[in-house]
Amino acid sequence: MKFLMYTLGDDSTPIPPPSPELLVEMGKFMKEVTDAGVLLATGGMAPTSEGTTARLSNGKFTVTDGPYAESKELIGGWALVQVDSKAEAIHWAERFLRINGGGESRIRQVFGPDDPMPNFT
Amino acid sequence: MTTPNTQRAIEAVWRIESARLIASLARIVRDVGLAEDLAQGALVAALEQWHESGIPDNPGAWLMATAKHHAIDLIRRNVRLERKTEELGRALQIEQELTVSDFDAIRDDDIDDDLLRLIFIACHPVLSTEARVALTLRLIGGLTTEEIARAFLVPEPTIAQRIVRAKRTLAEARVPFEVPVGAERAARLSSVLEVIYLIFNEGYTATAGDDWLRPALCEDALRLGRILAELVPNESEAHGLVALMEIQASRSRARVGPSGEPILLFDQNRARWDRLLMGRGLAALERAEKRGGASGPYVLQAAIAACHARAHTPAETDWGRIVALYDALAQLTPSPIVELNRAVAVGMAFGPAAGLEIVDALTSEPSLKGYHLLPSVRGDLLTKLGRLAEARAEFERAASLTRNERERALLLDRAAAESTQ
Repeated sequence: MKFLMYTLGDDSTPIPPPSPELLVEMGKFMKEVTDAGVLLATGGMAPTSEGTTARLSNGKFTVTDGPYAESKELIGGWALVQVDSKAEAIHWAERFLRINGGGESRIRQVFGPDDPMPNFT
Repeated sequence: MTTPNTQRAIEAVWRIESARLIASLARIVRDVGLAEDLAQGALVAALEQWHESGIPDNPGAWLMATAKHHAIDLIRRNVRLERKTEELGRALQIEQELTVSDFDAIRDDDIDDDLLRLIFIACHPVLSTEARVALTLRLIGGLTTEEIARAFLVPEPTIAQRIVRAKRTLAEARVPFEVPVGAERAARLSSVLEVIYLIFNEGYTATAGDDWLRPALCEDALRLGRILAELVPNESEAHGLVALMEIQASRSRARVGPSGEPILLFDQNRARWDRLLMGRGLAALERAEKRGGASGPYVLQAAIAACHARAHTPAETDWGRIVALYDALAQLTPSPIVELNRAVAVGMAFGPAAGLEIVDALTSEPSLKGYHLLPSVRGDLLTKLGRLAEARAEFERAASLTRNERERALLLDRAAAESTQ
């Protein structure tokens, strides 16, 4: 099973730069998730103020520059993991948040060949 | 507070922590069977306590501390019972190690070494292949006996017995808990790679049953392979195996049709190949090739898989390179199966007649007597040569030989197609 995990927050509240200790701890954690064969891909995100919304509605294409109207958005980083269960994804997210010293992570399953087709009703 | 969520969370913790836990314990008690019993004991304690108190912040350390207490109790009890001087000395030594070695203080490198030792033991040649597979999934993969049984479509007691016997065999053979060195290392590593690839293949092309693909086993094997490659980063074959599995797994979505039927490589919609896994596979192959030296069998097979991965359409496939890679593979690990694959590549590169020549030389090969892919490949080449009646007979023979229902249906379809052409 694959899950996409991403941190969620409010871009208007500046986040202080990570301390050297946090960077070391996070580096160790990322190595552990990699060594465990769990982490498939990961990345960081530019601030939402640099983001753009592309929209097609009734045949009209519009482009709006960020920040977005929603108060909370995907900020910071994301990770794509391959795990045995949702519970395992939650466990890794907890480990991440504890090292991070707090925050909010969203955990979304990414469908693969073995999963039933999603029902979007 | 017993909730299904807590239960699942504990299972997840076990899945992540058990291998390192068993590995650390095995180094101290020098007995893999005992180490696993101790780890299981800690799990039982966790199941009892965590439902009440919630899961601790560092569940791995909790499990290790609990297992150590159990180990000390057990040793003290044994000492009281036996009172043999030799046993006493050994027991005191273990007890001291248990007391002194603070789990938090153990360096990650040490745990990595323990984990590698555990992998080598689980894949030890003193065990049958079946036992190696079961023990690896159990000790390194953190799977329960029930999960392994389900994956291999055998009754749970069969797997349970296989594991008990394997642990007994290891104890009786006094297999040391160590990473082999020198000439032995290469042979032992190849056994580890073989076990992981066997697990992968059982998931990728299920040899029996109603499903053609069992993705959970593929994912288990991929995970084991990635763990191994991180533990032995200088072994090009470990990266080669990971590359091979990632590239093959990248096609899994495309190789099954809507009703579960297999779709062959050249009929697959390549847009459905998983670019992420493919990219990871090609990167792993690059890591393997960077290690230099002569390419081993997994690197060569990964390089062949990469040729297909890089081709956006079947027509773009570099068959000349694939033939060269199969030539190298046939020299390194000559086998009728490699020869059969080489025949397919030669057929594509130099025409069906050239391929058929190699296949015909294999028809008297005793080890391929019951192998369904031999008549299947021969049928394919005969079709291309316009010898349809012979092709049909070959596909029918192939269908009668496979144990996989989905594959049988596909082969019968191909046989039927010959009569309508």
